[in-house]
Amino acid sequence: MELLIQGLESLLGVFLPYWVVVLLAFAIVITIILLFPTLLFMLMTWLLRRGIARIADRIGPNRVGLGPFNRERTRQRWTLWGLMQPIADGIKMFTKEDIVPEKADRLLHRIAPIAAIVPSFLVFAVIPFGKGLVATDLNVGILYVVAVSSIFTLVLLVAGWSSNNKYSLLGAMRTAAQMISYEVPMVLSLVVPVLFAGSLSLNRIVENQGAWLGLRWHIFYFPLGTLAFITYFIAALAEINHTPFDLVEADSEIVAGYVTEYSGMKFALFFMGEFLNAFLVCALATILFLGGWQGPGVQLGGAWGYLFSIFWFFLKTFALYFLLIWIRGTWPRLRVDQLMHFAWKRLVPVTLVNLLLSGLVVIVVRTFLS
Amino acid sequence: MDVNVVLSYVAFFALAGLTLLSALAVVTLRNLLRSALALVVTFIGVAGIYLLLQAEFIAAVQVLLYVGAVTVLILFAIMLTERLMEARLRQFTGKWWLAVPLVVLVLALVVVALLGAVWVERPKEALPTEPVASLGEVLMTRYALPFEIASVLLLVAMVGAIVVAWPIRDRLKAVEEMEKRVIRAKAGWKEEKPGTSEGERVEVAR
Repeated sequence: MELLIQGLESLLGVFLPYWVVVLLAFAIVITIILLFPTLLFMLMTWLLRRGIARIADRIGPNRVGLGPFNRERTRQRWTLWGLMQPIADGIKMFTKEDIVPEKADRLLHRIAPIAAIVPSFLVFAVIPFGKGLVATDLNVGILYVVAVSSIFTLVLLVAGWSSNNKYSLLGAMRTAAQMISYEVPMVLSLVVPVLFAGSLSLNRIVENQGAWLGLRWHIFYFPLGTLAFITYFIAALAEINHTPFDLVEADSEIVAGYVTEYSGMKFALFFMGEFLNAFLVCALATILFLGGWQGPGVQLGGAWGYLFSIFWFFLKTFALYFLLIWIRGTWPRLRVDQLMHFAWKRLVPVTLVNLLLSGLVVIVVRTFLS
Repeated sequence: MDVNVVLSYVAFFALAGLTLLSALAVVTLRNLLRSALALVVTFIGVAGIYLLLQAEFIAAVQVLLYVGAVTVLILFAIMLTERLMEARLRQFTGKWWLAVPLVVLVLALVVVALLGAVWVERPKEALPTEPVASLGEVLMTRYALPFEIASVLLLVAMVGAIVVAWPIRDRLKAVEEMEKRVIRAKAGWKEEKPGTSEGERVEVAR
């Protein structure tokens, strides 16, 4: 941030007063933070559709490419594996009719989809994507992430209520209950890497995993770190309503849950919120347990170190995202009672014991081995 | 004036205005659900002010607990109470003549307290590098007793909520069952199920 301000001042300081330069620097950073998730969302929808298609032995979207720029259109040479499909989808969403139910609470019905993506965008501000590549390094990073994402539950309830549809309301209640239940084991397993690193800052947690050529990841602290990773991943799957916990999308029971009465771009916004949350879960798992941007090659000086760090971060995150796609394509769904049973009677005790043991181990190691 | 100072003033007045306006909305809106949502905005505004004061931990906890948990609880309560969901409630009671002097009194107290307060512009010691760590340490040493009492209070509240939510017929049945068991144990009867039942354990204890 300071670097950006100084750079801009040396470039434009002659024409513009200092406060304009500061505002401009803020604007640039904010634009990047807003644009990046949107592009990411497009890429992820494409990945998901292609991946699920492969699992289901279909081909998936493979047509929309740079066709209009190709002279020999009939040959379909520039299809780029269908990479431009999300843009076509986006245009489709924009041209759809925007329907608001007659007896809906119009104001809240309109606010909810916008509020749904705000938490995800806010979380992007503290994610370290690479060495020194973080918008703001908060010293309570993890807590901030958990706090901001908990707003999503509220948005769901508002969306379900304002639609004035029983399926929407039921779906929203169900989801909210699920998210509140699984937040407990998720946070309990998040605390384990915090104990290992002795800090809540995401950046410092990543730095703690830098030994052994950037391979001393928290997941290798067997068995505590490994167990914490597994419980975190399961709880996080439930937290973002992913398969096998995707009761919101149980079409046969509650139509489409809280999004039943949403169409066009509003629906797309909810969709975007869910995709971004999926990405954030993978990114957080990477940061906390898989070493974040650490890896062989990051120790190099100069540009190579930075490039390697970005490469490792995205490699790990997308590997986890592929795991999500894999689960989504192959697993059946749980029942509501099984879901609650699993959260409170299995995950919570396991994570609690794991947390206590981790604390004990950390204290013993700190007092006797150093 | 420095740009950052100006920006922080702008941020403060924006946040303060947001907090006050939404707090006003909480007490004046007639739709209960919308009042609850206005309360969310108030909480977020207060969290923003904490952030301005560089109390990131308090700000995060404020959002986590008040926005993420307390308001969701309030919304659940409103949505599950059918009478409240549709109603347009009157927000003013007939007892305003009692309320106004009380409010004025409280306001006067706050103003007096603010005028007499000593404002600390900078902390005496440098801020610790890990504020959360030192906070945790203080909680477990100097303020251990209040901390534990608070957690016991929460536990009692939780048990109470479960008891209240338990249907009264089931509760009576459970009490009856327990009384029967006590009587049987006193009489030295064995439970129906042989083996690990309570009756036998009582006998062994004798």
